[in-house]
Amino acid sequence: MPAPREPSSFSAELERLEEIVRRLEGQELDLDDALKLFEEGVERLRAARERLTGAEAKVKQVLADQAGKFRIEDFDG
Amino acid sequence: MGPGLDLFAAVAPEGAWTVSALTRRARAVVEAGLLPLWVRGEVSGFKAWQSGHWYFTLRDKTAQIRCVMFQKENRRLPVAPTDGMQVFVFARPTVWEEKGDFRLTVGELLSTEAGGLWQIAFERAKAALTRDGLLAPERKRPLPRYPRRIAVVTSRDGAALQDIIAVAGRRWPVAELLVIPTRVQGDGAEEAICRALALLGRLDGLDLAIIGRGGGSREDLWTFNHERVARAVAAVPVPVISAVGHETDITLCDLVADLRAPTPSAAAEAATPDQAEVRGELAHLGVRLARGLASRSGRVAERLERTLGRLATAIERRLERQRHTLAAASGRLDALSPLKILERGYALARDARGRVLKRVAQLTPGLAFRLRVTDGEVAARVGES
Repeated sequence: MPAPREPSSFSAELERLEEIVRRLEGQELDLDDALKLFEEGVERLRAARERLTGAEAKVKQVLADQAGKFRIEDFDG
Repeated sequence: MGPGLDLFAAVAPEGAWTVSALTRRARAVVEAGLLPLWVRGEVSGFKAWQSGHWYFTLRDKTAQIRCVMFQKENRRLPVAPTDGMQVFVFARPTVWEEKGDFRLTVGELLSTEAGGLWQIAFERAKAALTRDGLLAPERKRPLPRYPRRIAVVTSRDGAALQDIIAVAGRRWPVAELLVIPTRVQGDGAEEAICRALALLGRLDGLDLAIIGRGGGSREDLWTFNHERVARAVAAVPVPVISAVGHETDITLCDLVADLRAPTPSAAAEAATPDQAEVRGELAHLGVRLARGLASRSGRVAERLERTLGRLATAIERRLERQRHTLAAASGRLDALSPLKILERGYALARDARGRVLKRVAQLTPGLAFRLRVTDGEVAARVGES
């Protein structure tokens, strides 16, 4: 089975962002917490945008041998 | 029929033919006289041998003929025919010399039942999968919205792979594509695909898999109708998008997958979000973020203003109170003023240096002093006692 995933997937990032916005739009926050959330939100937005900007499609191939061992290498098709 | 004439030359026992020679000749005559042809009849006595070859009899109401379909021909068929089935065979009439049998060597076999053998095999496998719940709609898993690792199980050289790479790379370059090359048709394809699918469970961080190939003939696509392949698809631990063939061909693999896409390109599209849309979404979140903070600080400012208002009122009220106290105090101060007392008829005695004379001892006989009454001052002197 797959190993545990790296902590910040794009979807986790977006989910956190949506949560921040929802809380900021909610009622029960004092200014200090609101500012902290806002700053976190801005940082996460920046990170998410950066991820999109820097992304370049990576294509690899998985080659398995008869014994069932496999290796992953660059795909040059 | 040149060679046939020889048969009738042996009219005396001395010229007797051997059995081998006769059957060999019979075979030559039959094969020369009857070219490969389509024959229609009912299957009976069907038997599949260990070798993989099929033996059966084809018959109608009044006659029958032995048939063989060798493994290299019958392996293209999805299922074996059953006794009683009406079939067409494309066959070469011959004589099997060892047995002296007149026989058909079958190259192609079609069922006359609706959809033929392919349909029968398809329905049979589908029924088995249904029985095991593998086609149940509630088994379908939702696709991840922002996949990071997508496996692609297909032929290394097909157009399908190029289409998937192009579409997925354009829409969602954040993702990594893992190609798992496999045969998709012909000998060993079924086994190869099952092996490739089994590999998926061992890849770290996989979010999604696409299995597919471009269009092809019914036989080419048949690999994806094998029950075994369908079960291997069902066993993949992440959601699977199947794109086999083109719109009109639906395979068992399509039915078992979590999503069926009409083409490989459509599969790549279903697998990935459009980065332009995601950018838009991010921008929208940014706007909401700013607005959220603004409304929050707006509310705080409002509250501050209200507090300030209350503070001002409180201060004013306090000042007012102090003004009252001050007025009262100044009233009392006024009442205490000595001039006010003089008004009431009292007088104030002071000596020449202005000191107030309060006691008898200070007023020695003959002492001149000044007496202050309410409207002025007069000179006075203490009388002799």
